Amino acid sequence: MLDTYDKSRKKMLFGSAALLTLVLVVILAVKGSTGLQWIASGLTVGSIYALVAMGFSVIYSSTRVINFAQGEFSMLGGMLMYTFASSAGLPVPLAFIISVVIVSLLGAGFERLAVRRLRDSSVITVIIVTIGFSIFLRAVAKWIWGSEPVKIAAFSGEKPVRFLGAAVVPQSFWVFGFTALAVLLAFLFFNRTLIGKGMRAVAANPDAASLVGVSTSTSSLIAWTVAAALGAAAGIIIAPIRFAAYNVGTMLGLKGFAAAILGGLGSAPGAVVGGLTLGVLETITAGVFPSGYKDALAFLILILVLLAWPQGLLGRRQDVMT
Amino acid sequence: MLLRRFRVGTPVVLLALFVALSLTAFGCGTQVQKPKDFYKIGGVLSTSGPAAPLGQPEQRSLMLFEEQINAKGGIDGVKVKFIIEDDESDPAKAAVAINKLIKQENVLAVIGSSSTGATLAMAPVASKEKITQVCCAAGTKITQPVNEWVFRTPPTDSMAITKVLQYLKNTLKVTEIAILHDSNAFGTGGADELQSKAPGYGIQVVAREQYGSTDTDMTAQLTKIKQTPAQALVVWGTNPGPASIAKNMQQLGMTIPYIGSHGIASKKFIELGGPAANGVVFPAGRLLIPSSIPAGSEWRKAVDEFSAAYKKKYGMDIDTYAAHGWDAGLIITDALKRAGNDPIKLRDEIEKTSKLVGIDGIYTYSPTNHDGLNVSDLIMIKIVNGAWTEAKSS
Repeated sequence: MLDTYDKSRKKMLFGSAALLTLVLVVILAVKGSTGLQWIASGLTVGSIYALVAMGFSVIYSSTRVINFAQGEFSMLGGMLMYTFASSAGLPVPLAFIISVVIVSLLGAGFERLAVRRLRDSSVITVIIVTIGFSIFLRAVAKWIWGSEPVKIAAFSGEKPVRFLGAAVVPQSFWVFGFTALAVLLAFLFFNRTLIGKGMRAVAANPDAASLVGVSTSTSSLIAWTVAAALGAAAGIIIAPIRFAAYNVGTMLGLKGFAAAILGGLGSAPGAVVGGLTLGVLETITAGVFPSGYKDALAFLILILVLLAWPQGLLGRRQDVMT
Repeated sequence: MLLRRFRVGTPVVLLALFVALSLTAFGCGTQVQKPKDFYKIGGVLSTSGPAAPLGQPEQRSLMLFEEQINAKGGIDGVKVKFIIEDDESDPAKAAVAINKLIKQENVLAVIGSSSTGATLAMAPVASKEKITQVCCAAGTKITQPVNEWVFRTPPTDSMAITKVLQYLKNTLKVTEIAILHDSNAFGTGGADELQSKAPGYGIQVVAREQYGSTDTDMTAQLTKIKQTPAQALVVWGTNPGPASIAKNMQQLGMTIPYIGSHGIASKKFIELGGPAANGVVFPAGRLLIPSSIPAGSEWRKAVDEFSAAYKKKYGMDIDTYAAHGWDAGLIITDALKRAGNDPIKLRDEIEKTSKLVGIDGIYTYSPTNHDGLNVSDLIMIKIVNGAWTEAKSS
């Protein structure tokens, strides 16, 4: 039963990836270099949505909680990067690691101090606590860094790379590369390591997993830490393109959530397909239609997809992180 | 002996007292009524929340103003006291704050608020309670139509738009432009007005696109604009969007002139845009480049003195918002000299303000004009090598 379901999921993955590719090819054929420009921009934004969406999925599949503070992890990543790289002048890789570690610890701390204590409460209660946490993080960030946006230098210059009439900033390649790496690492972690497999077991059936000695508590802690790290990394690599500010987390979280739903909450490939699709849709609608309808059209398509596939493009009933 | 002297003394004292009293009451015929303790002026400013970068400098310059005017003996010997409330950039809280200032503190007039939304929320309270409101916000709607009780210190959005159109027509000599604006109230309002006024300057708007305040990337909108015959791009929004647009234009190799709004008249834009900010032109108050004000004029002197005092007290450079706050204090206290402790008369006297030299410009109000400044108080500023310079206009 599970096998046939997995097969249909695999078909769906290839189907939606093929559909996305087809849309891109059509855009390229019709619009030429302009279309290429849109796709490059769309994939950059989409990669970030994908990383944020993966954060949602990791926590959801381990704990059934939608973490509405996920966007704030990205915001904090960007702001900490500003402090360490731009203000303190640390080398980019070091500042990157320190920022990600701090945000991960924050995620882990929140899991221990709040989520863990609420393990006997309903999932809705925990979700509402995450909303409170996001408001708290925003207020603290504003108190520390002020309300003005800050600039973070691009990792390898700002001279655009020209390719077939499109211009892509070097930071975009960092975004693509990092997203690919994160997806690969997540795949290996959940499919090749004992801890990762244990977490999948907890996601599939917490009671059965506990019986065979997998700790649900550890699983939840790891999920929060990984999600916070993913969010922080996304916030850091996009910061040179979009600027960092205390209030960028909300919209990023919302778009990442939409991407996660679109791809199927709880699915890593789904998060990537959902993120890239949403990013490209947004850019293309801004380019083809009056740009004011950009967000409206992108979300309209989201609603239509969900009407057709309520589980999301790659979701499944069990929502096991794969 | 003692008794006798006293009897002679009493009428003298009484007479002296009578003379003194009559002098006070009828002395010069226009003697103003003074309060017992001090002139209380309220302030509702956005010193926290998203509009804090506006409200904080406004509050700082009002504190400086209070210190300076009281050091000089106040107004005819009566000290001035500003009572400032924070509206947290929230229109609802601004309305509560002005009510409190009027009813509990019995202020003579209220300064504020920093943003258009909060100012509009306060206006109905000001007119109901018959207390003058002098705002530091630029939204056109505040003074159109004129509200008897509401006056304004900063240059308006309309003046900035007129200045931009004059620059496009007279200096750049372009006839086709594109507009890219923030989808918020400031961006949309500005774009609407630009579009409706452009034909009057022989300018056609060939493209109009928008972006969301937190958008990352505007290349999609820019590639569309690139395909139109637009000879210049007008960007109407506040940081950080316009800085992203400058970077995206550089990325796409677009070379048409970039004209911004007064929403980017802060050093933050240069910091965010980096090299891409070079060449950007925007309208702003002359105080940002004091050398654009004739040397030796009263205005130049006021700007230089204010700038030096502000720097000395706070260790910061002045910005346009600091100027708005200072001018609001100046306009009210100037009218107080003539009106005294009477809120109704104070309003009438503010309306009669004529050629009062402030920091933002020279103020003249009338029953039909509560804006005070005019377009010639603005200049176009061009960013050259990361610094502001006056854009030569012909």
